Amino acid sequence: MWIAYKTIVVKEILRFSRIWVRTVFPPIITTSLYLLIFGGLMGERIGDMQGVDYLHYIIPGVILMTIITNSYASTVASFFLAKFNHSVEELLVAPVPYWIILLGYVSGGVARGFAVGLGVFIAVWFFIDFKIDNIFIILITFLLTSILFSLAGFINAIFAQSFDDISIVPTFILMPMTYLGGMFYSVEILPQFWQDISKFNPIYYMVDSFRLGFLGVSTSEFWVSILVLLSMITILAIFAFYLLKKGVNIKT
Amino acid sequence: MSAALFIQGLKKTYANQLEALKGINLRVEQGDFFALLGSNGAGKTTVIGIICGLLNKTSGNIEVLGFNQNSHANQVKKLIGLMPQEFNFNPFEPIEEILINQAGYYGIAKSKARIQAELLLKEVGLWDKRFDIAKSLSGGMKRRLMLARALIHQPKILILDEPTAGVDIEIRRSMWHFLGKLNRQGMTIILTTHYLEEAESLCRNIAILNKGEVIKQTSMKALLSQVDQQVLILESSTKLPQTIVTDNFKCERLDDYSLQVTLGSDVNITNVLQNLSVQGVSVEHVRSTQNRLETLFLCLTNKEI
Repeated sequence: MWIAYKTIVVKEILRFSRIWVRTVFPPIITTSLYLLIFGGLMGERIGDMQGVDYLHYIIPGVILMTIITNSYASTVASFFLAKFNHSVEELLVAPVPYWIILLGYVSGGVARGFAVGLGVFIAVWFFIDFKIDNIFIILITFLLTSILFSLAGFINAIFAQSFDDISIVPTFILMPMTYLGGMFYSVEILPQFWQDISKFNPIYYMVDSFRLGFLGVSTSEFWVSILVLLSMITILAIFAFYLLKKGVNIKT
Repeated sequence: MSAALFIQGLKKTYANQLEALKGINLRVEQGDFFALLGSNGAGKTTVIGIICGLLNKTSGNIEVLGFNQNSHANQVKKLIGLMPQEFNFNPFEPIEEILINQAGYYGIAKSKARIQAELLLKEVGLWDKRFDIAKSLSGGMKRRLMLARALIHQPKILILDEPTAGVDIEIRRSMWHFLGKLNRQGMTIILTTHYLEEAESLCRNIAILNKGEVIKQTSMKALLSQVDQQVLILESSTKLPQTIVTDNFKCERLDDYSLQVTLGSDVNITNVLQNLSVQGVSVEHVRSTQNRLETLFLCLTNKEI
């Protein structure tokens, strides 16, 4: 089982590493532009947010956004392509338990999230002087966020019937949730009604924890964020395993 | 001794209500070279898909070397190697990597997998191409790659779904030779093919599927003995006489030098040739117009001959 798991993970890492110009490099450019435009040029006019200057305030959110999109993109593209070119059958004919297949793909998504997140972090660190408040909170939040969105990408890949289907969820669900989750602002500046609505957005808790790790400021309790993330991971993992075991859109 | 493959009451109804398998029973003995024949849509690929875990069955029971698929799914998978009909590898992966990854899924360490991959790639003539991506291979090479991949974990049973489709005659012959060698070494081979000549020359036992049902399961020898007629083309070295009289066989003039004769199973070819010789027909060449199995297959599946 361990060999099968390792095979899937190494294969996934090689897949995105071979095309690093398309997978790892673009987020670094995009993030640098975000920071230059929103943080550097507009940030001075916006002023402080939760007592932190705007440029530094948006760094955690921007890094987390790249982790979310890349973890998601990794599993959704990889598993959908495996379905599309039928290479998923290589796994289905072999004695690989379904949970190992799921774990392997999710680990691949986490690896890409980590590679891109680290790349963006280094790029930001190169240009902007900042210090980290708590590395452990950052790592835990990164890991849980990455697992959650890798699982979401995997589920999207199972249901997807065409290439269009793998872009619908990121465009119409993921992106609005990301932007409305307090990525570029503190939810405290919103009217009470929208503050309450934001509490139902899981990305709010991820951004808040990530910001706590980087800047030491947050609007919710860390343990609440972790509980929300763990609950969502559990729900999605059970659902993804169920779909895989039942063979939805794979074995039917 | 348990059967290599034992299928009982296997049914499959797809989501669109298409009843692909209507409760088939099948038994393949260990060491057999078994042909599973049927026209397009007969259910051959569905049976194979269910045996190999690529499709969910609706009901029925499958045992592989005594292991029940319901309770020992992973053990069953270890025993089977599948070469599918459609190309099902990542076209952008190097071919050696495809084999090594497949071995990894079976729990074989990379160092061992590399040795086995070298052996198999040399056997199927792809060793020189091991660093090429699969997309760059020709159709015949892709089929050989899938054959090597099916054997990477040294299965006891090899299932081949149309293994030589689109493969030129030279490669086809070399694949037959290789498959024969594997069978002589003790491997059970189950084959579906549209080349009935392939099934006739390789397989000892046969099942014919038609519209989701097994309509015949017997030995190849017993099946071929049921052929009650054969059609031959006789070519004469001299111009044929205007009138040819026949009594116990049908004869049709194709041109001034060729005759088509249809013989029943009770007619002796020597008698036919003597009869024609008496009438001034000097037969120089004899050739069969149809494969014997093909004739039977079409009869059994109610297709026109």
